[in-house]
Amino acid sequence: MHSKTLEVAVGFFMLAGLASLIVLALNVSGLTFSNAKESYTVYASFENIGGLTARSKVTVAGVAVGRVVGITLDKDEFAGIVEMEIESDFSGFTTDTTAAILTAGLLGEKYIGLISGADDEYLVEGDMIVDTQSALVLEELIGQFLFNKVNE
Amino acid sequence: MITRLRIIGKSGLDWLSVCGRSGVFIAHSLGGVPNLRKGMPLLLKQLYAVGVLSLPIIVVSGLFIGMVMSLQGYSILVDYGSEQAVGQMVSLSLVRELGPVVTALLFAGRAGSSLTAEIGLMKATEQITSLEMLGVDPLRYVMAPRLLAGFIALPLLTMIFNVVGIWGGSLVAVDWLGVYGGSFWANMQAATDFRVDVVNGIVKSVAFAFVVTWIAVFQGHDLTPTSEGIGRATTKTVVYSSLAVLSLDFILTAVMFGDF
Repeated sequence: MHSKTLEVAVGFFMLAGLASLIVLALNVSGLTFSNAKESYTVYASFENIGGLTARSKVTVAGVAVGRVVGITLDKDEFAGIVEMEIESDFSGFTTDTTAAILTAGLLGEKYIGLISGADDEYLVEGDMIVDTQSALVLEELIGQFLFNKVNE
Repeated sequence: MITRLRIIGKSGLDWLSVCGRSGVFIAHSLGGVPNLRKGMPLLLKQLYAVGVLSLPIIVVSGLFIGMVMSLQGYSILVDYGSEQAVGQMVSLSLVRELGPVVTALLFAGRAGSSLTAEIGLMKATEQITSLEMLGVDPLRYVMAPRLLAGFIALPLLTMIFNVVGIWGGSLVAVDWLGVYGGSFWANMQAATDFRVDVVNGIVKSVAFAFVVTWIAVFQGHDLTPTSEGIGRATTKTVVYSSLAVLSLDFILTAVMFGDF
């Protein structure tokens, strides 16, 4: 084996490995270089977050505008506090914005849907959305249905 | 009774001394300042032997594993009308588990066994002893380039395996079975996280590279220099590395993706 051919072959191998890493990063995991997008954090408190997880989408009219970063429990009121990051490009949410936990499809993943209100003031960093609608829990729904049936 | 106890004790002591020898061996091979000018050509030669020559088997197996997973996943998911999820199934299982593990197993069979046999034959024909007579440290001259080449080659092979597998999966799902390409890739990108999935997969393959190459080179260094000994050591290399890879994979998965 000539040393030149060997070097070229090894170089090709290393390049192929690095190219694979780039493909994995960009094409498979959808990493973008403009990752450091400006964003602001708002909170929302839900009675029941029912299966929402960090990294879930935050959408407006079905368009993703941010993501859930963390979920904590409000120990005084026993409510789930959802911390979400919304991209600064989408900053026109009024203070009476409502947040609902929705489900993609019948059994799909949970995500947050925001509906802007009619107030004059806008949500800023650290604000809390109070007007919320909890996740639908199937058992509760069935329970209510049965309860109503019995009452009829 | 006493003889039995003695046998148990002896095997325990033997095992401990093998562990100790392998630790001393790797410390001596890799310790100290590497001589870049002299070491580079040696490393290149080994990278060619363990990396470039392993490419065909890695690429072909990656392609077929991706295709099979896609086909099998499709036939199950289509019953639930969610065949677009094939993308995330293929990418997550390849990037997290199958890629590092299968590549490491193939690497142990393809490159590890040949490393062991090569070093074993060097020892049997007393090339290693003659190197020592010439004042060349065989650990630095023979073992270190092979160890380093293995450490570098396996993670690169794993990434190539992943990409080829995902490409094979998309070939079957999108081009042959008619899954909509847009949602195939979008689902995959939404489900696969670079930090959590891709980087952890690479960390796994680095750990496997270390273990497999270490076992292979050490078995070659430590064998009885007879034709029978070389055969036994080669078998040991493949068996030990496969077991080590599979058990290490469970531990790493539990630490990386488990919730405890």
